[in-house]
Amino acid sequence: MARKSTTQQVAISTIGAWFFGFLIFFPILWMVLASFKTELEAFAVPPSFLFFHWTTENYATVQERSDYLLHAMNSIIIAGGSTLVALLIAIPAAWSMAFSPTKRTKDILLWMLSTKMMPPVGVLVPIYLIYKSFGLLDSRIGLVFILCLGNLPIVIWMLFTYFKEIPRDILEAARMDGATIGRELVYVLTPMAIPGLASTLLLNLILAWNEAFWTLNLSTSNAAPLTTFIASYSSPEGLFWAKLSAASTLAIAPILVLGWFSQKQLVRGLTFGAVK
Amino acid sequence: MATRQTQFLARSLLTPAVGLLFIWMIVPLALTIYFATLHYSLLDPGSEAFVGLENFRYFLTDPAFLASLENTLVLVGSVLALTILLGIPLALLLDQPVIGRNFVRLMVIAPFFVMPTVSALVWKNLLMHPVSGLFAWLAKLVGLTPIDWFNDVPLFSVILIVAWQWLPFATLILLTALQSLDEEQKEAAEMDGASAISTFIYITLPHLARPITVVILIETIFLLTVFAEIFVTTGGGPGLQTTNIAFLIYSQALIQFDVGSASAGGLVAVVIANIVAFFLVRIVGRNLEA
Repeated sequence: MARKSTTQQVAISTIGAWFFGFLIFFPILWMVLASFKTELEAFAVPPSFLFFHWTTENYATVQERSDYLLHAMNSIIIAGGSTLVALLIAIPAAWSMAFSPTKRTKDILLWMLSTKMMPPVGVLVPIYLIYKSFGLLDSRIGLVFILCLGNLPIVIWMLFTYFKEIPRDILEAARMDGATIGRELVYVLTPMAIPGLASTLLLNLILAWNEAFWTLNLSTSNAAPLTTFIASYSSPEGLFWAKLSAASTLAIAPILVLGWFSQKQLVRGLTFGAVK
Repeated sequence: MATRQTQFLARSLLTPAVGLLFIWMIVPLALTIYFATLHYSLLDPGSEAFVGLENFRYFLTDPAFLASLENTLVLVGSVLALTILLGIPLALLLDQPVIGRNFVRLMVIAPFFVMPTVSALVWKNLLMHPVSGLFAWLAKLVGLTPIDWFNDVPLFSVILIVAWQWLPFATLILLTALQSLDEEQKEAAEMDGASAISTFIYITLPHLARPITVVILIETIFLLTVFAEIFVTTGGGPGLQTTNIAFLIYSQALIQFDVGSASAGGLVAVVIANIVAFFLVRIVGRNLEA
């Protein structure tokens, strides 16, 4: 940005960027608008953009007819639960690899990364059969478990890259002052690790919330999170666009907000630190 | 610096993660390999029998496999091409002085956070519906015949939806890389009289080579197993036109209940993904040393 730009250049790039940005965002905006229309208006040709009869009845209907809150709760439990469990396992592992690396640390990290590359469909059959025989199909605990394992490599990687950036001099200074490992962990490391922990938590929540392979295959009704619930709109009867839009808006709103806060960490987390 | 005590501690802290991932990787994979050698149908329990490589022969010679392999490659290739060819100019545009850039960036990144089932259904109904969809209305507005997207060009429709979901990812990564490009280098090139185009070709593009590779590899891993978008829009059809490998395996396992054949297919998918993973791991690994 050090170079000077003429007003004309700024005007052109601003108009261009806003135009394409709006174009990309439009499907989401269109969905939100449709959620406030009546079913007839949502289906109408020509479509009305702003001057329609605004209503919130779709939101009420979605809850009444299909117990939206149950599925939202399932999403919260499954995404939140799998994230917390993954963090509990990943924090010690990443801490250990970042601060006491051995010759094999790099190999272990790359091996962990390679488990993420295994296509889920490659193990769909055994997982489905195991879940069936243990009664884990359509259970929240089963989904928490599988999403936790699926995202564990990303969580460890992200934490590792963050922990790695904590200056080691500080640790040594603390040790010189006679701090034990426990005190070092609580008073020195934790405060410095919190930003990294927070962004790892956020990114993993987003990934787990939107996960749509295991959730679609392993849940049907009781444990169905929002991904599966929305999928049930793929074979509906009658007019349903406004209700689909209302349910979808509710399903993506919280994660969109979280996502916008975490966009910087997103790059780093999803590229395993290869692009910062 | 590390004493023996801390080394022991470090190792025991690492064990749960390594152990869990090891089990997660080995047990299902071993079972898949085992099932792949069996005649095993859930519709006919108790009839399991060892059949050697028969399932692989069946899966690989099934016309559905070649069709779905082709669909998978077309899907992955097209989405990669779309997201990168559109992502580069978009990232370059967002790297310019733009008033309200942060807000524009929020709009661009948004589709990435939309769950796949929502994107697919919103596109299929609200936008691509042949009568009441917005695209049909736009087509009529300019005097064209509306396209019946999911009947006339089903695979292309799926490609459009998936590309919309992944364009933000490519753009954001390329933008992040652009922002780390040394401004002075570009300025020096300009002072030397380099045109904008040659600056782009000789300075910007080489700088983007690595992030582009990373985008290609990471997108490929996810795109090889696109599932939800197909599941809620076309169910693999019409015919096999939108069946990719992931969906084919799913339908053999959970619709036709042919465990043996689906497992053989699963292993084929693992092999394909491993080829991609091999390159990605090398690139990330190189970065780890820097």
